[in-house]
Amino acid sequence: MIRSLIPLITLFIISLLFAIGLTKDPSSIPSELINQKFPSFNLSELYDEESIVTEKDLLNKVSLVNVFGSWCAACITEHPYLMEISKNENINLIGMNWRDDRAKAIDWLKYYGDPYEKIIFDDESTLAIQLGVTGAPESFIIDYQGQIKYKHVGVINNKIWEKDILPVINGLNKI
Amino acid sequence: MRKWCLIPFMAVALSFNAISSVPQNDIDIRSKAIGKSLRCVVCQNQSIEDSDAPLAADMRQLVKKRISEGDTNDEVINYMRNQYGDFVLLKPPFQGNTLTLWLLPFILIAVSGAWFFKTKK
Repeated sequence: MIRSLIPLITLFIISLLFAIGLTKDPSSIPSELINQKFPSFNLSELYDEESIVTEKDLLNKVSLVNVFGSWCAACITEHPYLMEISKNENINLIGMNWRDDRAKAIDWLKYYGDPYEKIIFDDESTLAIQLGVTGAPESFIIDYQGQIKYKHVGVINNKIWEKDILPVINGLNKI
Repeated sequence: MRKWCLIPFMAVALSFNAISSVPQNDIDIRSKAIGKSLRCVVCQNQSIEDSDAPLAADMRQLVKKRISEGDTNDEVINYMRNQYGDFVLLKPPFQGNTLTLWLLPFILIAVSGAWFFKTKK
């Protein structure tokens, strides 16, 4: 009796494993970089080719590094919220203009507004690959010592800000 | 006078030689092989060698650059793995969390084989 149930039980276990597998989102790639130092980089500022931005610009404050591009449609959705954050929140908001054209990016920011303190111009994915960036928008929270504390893939909106990002920032500001 | 003009060019040509001791042909072949084993993180089921995504193009460039700077194939792959995790490898490595994946087929063959011969008797 029990022996004849073996195939059924096996099928059940396999279906269960598949069911669990289906709930996982393959597009969310875990970040390898949490609690690691922000990679060192040496890239020009978006507005000023001569001016260099490095990882030292992220020290001694809590920073939010936001990956964006004028080609990125979802960034337009996110942008108004970043404008709001830059006005109301005490955070060092750094833009990372990824795979973009300098002139196009500047025009884009003129049109939608510029919430950033500084903008890293990364047209060849130099820093993007070091950060394991897979798409835009993507945001990283960096602590006072320049360690990556949190990564958010996708658009930041009010709900995500309050639920996921603000608690991390507040936690870091307390230390 | 014209000869002097050539000096900067020669200097550049020589310095390229000094920077990259790896022959170009070697770089191409090896970067292709590495590219085939790395997943394009945008399109996910393509290798960066097959993908047209801009990020894949940049990753290919980086692979080439690292090879020409003297990295071994494993060093290049490990570098990418540090940034993107095991996910970037198209072939899952044999390690703790992939034991079931790699061993299950053999276990199933063994178990069903044993079962088959047992019931045959």
